[in-house]
Amino acid sequence: MSERKIIDARGSFCPGPLMELIAALKLLQVGDEVEILSTDQGTAKDVPEWCAKVGHETVESGEKDGHWYVVVRKAK
Amino acid sequence: MSNKVLIVGGGLAGTIIANGLCRHIGAELRKGDVSITMLGTTDTHMYQPGLLYVPFGKIRERELFRPQRKVLDKRVIFHVDPASNIDVDNKKVTCQSGAVHEYDYLVIATGSRLMPQNIPGMEEGAHWLYDLDGARKMRTALDEFEGGKIVVNVNAPHKCPVAPLEITFMLKEYLEGKGLWDKSEITYTYPIGRLHALEPVAEWAKPAMDESGIKYETFFNTKEVDPKAKSISSEEGVTLDYDLLVTIPPHAGAEVITDSGLGDGGWVPTHKTKLLREGSTDVFVCGDTTNIPISKAGSTAHFEADTVIDNLASLLTEGRWARDYDGKVFCFVETGMKTGTYVWFDYKTPPNPGAPSQMIHWFKLAYNRLYWLSARGLL
Repeated sequence: MSERKIIDARGSFCPGPLMELIAALKLLQVGDEVEILSTDQGTAKDVPEWCAKVGHETVESGEKDGHWYVVVRKAK
Repeated sequence: MSNKVLIVGGGLAGTIIANGLCRHIGAELRKGDVSITMLGTTDTHMYQPGLLYVPFGKIRERELFRPQRKVLDKRVIFHVDPASNIDVDNKKVTCQSGAVHEYDYLVIATGSRLMPQNIPGMEEGAHWLYDLDGARKMRTALDEFEGGKIVVNVNAPHKCPVAPLEITFMLKEYLEGKGLWDKSEITYTYPIGRLHALEPVAEWAKPAMDESGIKYETFFNTKEVDPKAKSISSEEGVTLDYDLLVTIPPHAGAEVITDSGLGDGGWVPTHKTKLLREGSTDVFVCGDTTNIPISKAGSTAHFEADTVIDNLASLLTEGRWARDYDGKVFCFVETGMKTGTYVWFDYKTPPNPGAPSQMIHWFKLAYNRLYWLSARGLL
């Protein structure tokens, strides 16, 4: 597993956190982790929902310092 | 000793910067204190947003092109010699011809490219309009289309985020015009849980599609295309049949970026307001090439380029930083063949598109001509 990649999508309206995550996962290996930072509260719901649909693993999610974060492990 | 500014990439971002810089540092260029060199991949400049109109026969192909030499200020030294290696440690760029260019300031504006080959079956089974060859083939496919199921499929990452919606609504009106809508069906697919990345645009698009009878499938990330069965499947487990598949293929950055070890996927890690490569003070990155989580669009390239021009000019003449990029993006949105709207936002201001109107559509058509003033750094 490589070092956890961080995508700072705070303040990103377009393409937005989930689109950034989808694009980033295509460049990672199975088992790699990526952490997405977002100022959009919907990210904390949208990302785990999408991961469940596709089969990637949501490692953790929450709120800290005024933004939301979700850690995803590429599972396939 | 003169300062050498080297621009890698002759697309919109690189061209605006080259021309804009000439206007700001005319005295230094005259005295020979500064030189500006551009390394391009082609001698022709293409107005990429015009490709949208090609499949519908709404633009003549030659309107899309100008000789790059004529678009560029005469003071810019221009080579058609694609970069093969960018060495930021030793401040030099090697070209495919073997020529080596040193620099004091480097601008990387190598753009993005289509990667349909990354999805099994897509090259064989799909049409797209994001390059001229694809747009021509799509025009032929539409000419021959006699009705049936059309899937408009969007993949991440991709540039020009509003184009997929424009294509969808224009397709519907095109089919109505040919008397084929009654025996046709359009399904629009999008990777996330709404119809567009921008929430207000998605909120506008959903009722507009409902009213138009356009179907949609969200959370659709393409797994594969089966050209024989004429079906497209998603990672989420949905399969759609099609008679005509129109796709926005996934994109990647330029090969020279990955080959030079400057960024995964061809995207260069870039400071979101300084537009400097992370870890560099003399390497600017502009347009699609950055990894900034912002729209990959001509408008983004334009506003970023204005910032780079101001900072480069200020650094070269006064040795100081001028200003930061605020994340501004402005995009026209064609909402059909006769109406349009627009959307703008920056890092702090959320988008708020207005009601579509014929006047905005006309302005977009006018911009199709005004683009050449943008590229020349005048607009």
